[in-house]
Amino acid sequence: MDLAVHLISYASIAVFLLAVVTRFLRIQRYPINLRWEVYPVPSEGARSRHGGSRLEEVDWWEKEQKKDHVTEMRHMIPEMVFLQALFEHNRKLWLRSFPFHFGLYLLAGCGGILFVAALLSLAGITLPALLLSGAGLVGAVGVVLSLLGALGLIWMRFFDKDLVPYTNASHVFNLVFFVVALGLLVLACREAAWDIGAFQAYVESLLRGDLSRASGGPWMQAALIVLSLLVAWVPLTHMSHFFVKWFTWHKIRWDDEPNVRGGRIEKLVQQALESPVSWSAAHIGADGKKSWGDLAVEEMEKE
Amino acid sequence: MSKKRFRIEDISKPSRQFQHVDRAELMPLPAPLDDPSQEPEWTPLSEEACETYEASLDDTLLLNIPKPASAEEEQALVVKFLSGLEKLFDPDNNWPFLRQLVTTIEHCANCQTCSESCHIYEASGQSPIYRPTCRTEVLRRIYYKYLVPGGKYFAKWRHGDIDLNWTAVARLGELSYRCNLCRRCAQTCPVGCDNGLVAREIRKLFSQELGIFTPELHKNGAVLQLARGSSTGMNSLVVKDNVEFIDEEMEEKVGYKVETPWDVEGADVLLIHNAGEIMAWPENPGAFSVILNAAGINWTLASEPVAYDSINYGLFYDDVMLSKVVVRHAQAARKLGVKKIVIGECGHAHKALTVIADRVLTGELNIPRESSMTLLRDIVMNDMIELDPSRNDFPVTLHDPCNLVRLMGVVEPQRQILRKICPHFREMTPHGVDNYCCGGGSGFAIHSKHNFEEWRFKVAGRKKLSQILGAFQDCMDPEVNKYVCAPCSNCKGQIRDILKNYDLWEKNHILYGGLVELIVNAMVDVPPGFLEWRWQ
Ligand code: SF4
Ligand code: SF4
Repeated sequence: MDLAVHLISYASIAVFLLAVVTRFLRIQRYPINLRWEVYPVPSEGARSRHGGSRLEEVDWWEKEQKKDHVTEMRHMIPEMVFLQALFEHNRKLWLRSFPFHFGLYLLAGCGGILFVAALLSLAGITLPALLLSGAGLVGAVGVVLSLLGALGLIWMRFFDKDLVPYTNASHVFNLVFFVVALGLLVLACREAAWDIGAFQAYVESLLRGDLSRASGGPWMQAALIVLSLLVAWVPLTHMSHFFVKWFTWHKIRWDDEPNVRGGRIEKLVQQALESPVSWSAAHIGADGKKSWGDLAVEEMEKE
Repeated sequence: MSKKRFRIEDISKPSRQFQHVDRAELMPLPAPLDDPSQEPEWTPLSEEACETYEASLDDTLLLNIPKPASAEEEQALVVKFLSGLEKLFDPDNNWPFLRQLVTTIEHCANCQTCSESCHIYEASGQSPIYRPTCRTEVLRRIYYKYLVPGGKYFAKWRHGDIDLNWTAVARLGELSYRCNLCRRCAQTCPVGCDNGLVAREIRKLFSQELGIFTPELHKNGAVLQLARGSSTGMNSLVVKDNVEFIDEEMEEKVGYKVETPWDVEGADVLLIHNAGEIMAWPENPGAFSVILNAAGINWTLASEPVAYDSINYGLFYDDVMLSKVVVRHAQAARKLGVKKIVIGECGHAHKALTVIADRVLTGELNIPRESSMTLLRDIVMNDMIELDPSRNDFPVTLHDPCNLVRLMGVVEPQRQILRKICPHFREMTPHGVDNYCCGGGSGFAIHSKHNFEEWRFKVAGRKKLSQILGAFQDCMDPEVNKYVCAPCSNCKGQIRDILKNYDLWEKNHILYGGLVELIVNAMVDVPPGFLEWRWQ
């Protein structure tokens, strides 16, 4: 069983990494998209306070324009950590979604400390016990918050009039998956007498490749299996928005990068304009060979 | 079907009417329109329209998809729709919007946060089909079930069920024309998804693959513009004639010669108006001429076909048509050798020719382009013309055209002008990038057939109407003239129609117009009374 638990964890981590990288690269490799900003765009700096852009200036192309990354981060961080948009526009959901997400961040933080602790322990260094206990506490708070949030979200999925028509089996499945995983984690902690060392030991055995090392009692094994599977599952679903937000916010909504003659964007646009078109409506005049560039300059046949 | 029992999958089930908005459910309006019983009932669609076209979505009809004559015809539409859907997700056929589309379709959490931000959803009393997510969810389910491998077995469980048939396709097409493409919903989405974009992608699929569009946008819009030079039907000679006539009118009003320059090679500014202004609101292009001449700007209009009409309806339904018009604008500017293109008071033309064209035009066609708002701001704020704000001694509020403001970030220039020249300027709530669409966005303002105009007033334009009334609550007395400044031709048309429908000029003296008219009205070297305070 210990071997199986280890193998499932390895496989899950591999699936997670592969799924994230594949999805990221797929979206990244699409041809350049047309500009599609929605203002305010924080990288516009002081102007972003009223939602303005460089287009508010006469002869904007002659003026040096620097992206204000500090203001962008000032908007990004509250969005990522506190779900600012949800807080402003959907408080009812935020009350459930924020604890759910924030709890997961805390759990991930705890996992990160365990990972570092395990790495250091391989090098013979032991982290102070207090730090590990602190990590344990953070993790415990995370589990409780996430669990409550997930239960609240399940309730909304079943009873909220706005969500019900848009709830499908996988929404419920995903949330139940979290509840089961987090619930098992609580039982595993109890089984391990609330000692975080048991988890550190498992991470260490993963790092060492020590497949036969005991992974713990039955609850611990169950928790590790279900958590591992959850880690693999998340990036295969719409929940991959945790990193796709980089595209939707940073590369689309806040893109704001003009096309300068002879510049990088121009080359990408020229490439895109060479793509063949096969839309079949008569007025398009496409034949699968003519490119976007050809069609843009082609005279319309009089209709 | 009642709101409570609404299910996405029922869009495929034939019925007489999928959703109905009852008069009593409409969002309440402020005084003097606060008595819901005064709101007229819907004029029902004619029997003939219902028999001829797919008209079972809601209370109105726009796309006029003819009912199929046979099962084969039904099937043909479905097959074509699927082939178009495939192209929407293909990097060659949809490079312009693939990234935006995929991120929205694959990552929406279905949290419904975006719903509250949609004026159409709110004004309709939260009719479920007007949720920003509704049409996206239909498209998403079809995509996962019919195009993604294994969809037949797993999609129902993972993404929800739907049956693809003629009814679903036709209703989805119609539903894509119940969105103003204002993208206010996109502003609020925590994930960064964009349901406004999806509405446009559906329209695009219908246009580019099925050849289904509205004649107002296509045949009498983009096609006419490319064939004859302008969607108004004016060719170069006619437009020059009309502008000459406007110059004469202006001369009479301002008391000195006004001459609009044409085809000046190497001019600093090529100004492109929405040609609809020349026909419907000649005082707007006339006022531009007065201001630019008085400020000593080296400017010109172009008589090259297409280049005297900034409209680009492709922005609302078709990428190929969009790029053809953009290229024609840039070619005319290059031919004249102008330093920059400046876009007149037309929101969608701003968006099409500045930010969208930015990734269509390359090399010599990538000529600098900017908004007239900034040029006017510089003229006014740098005192290049002498102005007397006391001439604008009446309440003025400002409508923010979505394309210009939320989608381009041109927010302050027009406000700086108004703050300087209108002592009683007041904002709507909310305003700036948080504004609400006028309800005429995405070309709706030029659509009136069947009872669509009623839908524009009752539903799409209701929030804007409520905002306008809200801005003037302290001065509803008809003794006080009030002005809604809408620096966009399309918005102006919609605001005109709403004010007229609710009799707000007759009863409360609320007038509408552009920005340049207010500037000229305040010009010291123009006799007082440029604004005539009469309905037109
Ligand atoms: S588009 Fe965004 S706000 Fe709307 S339901 Fe999807 S995730 Fe939520
Ligand atoms: S784009 Fe505007 S009209 Fe369309 S769904 Fe979004 S908010 Fe509503």
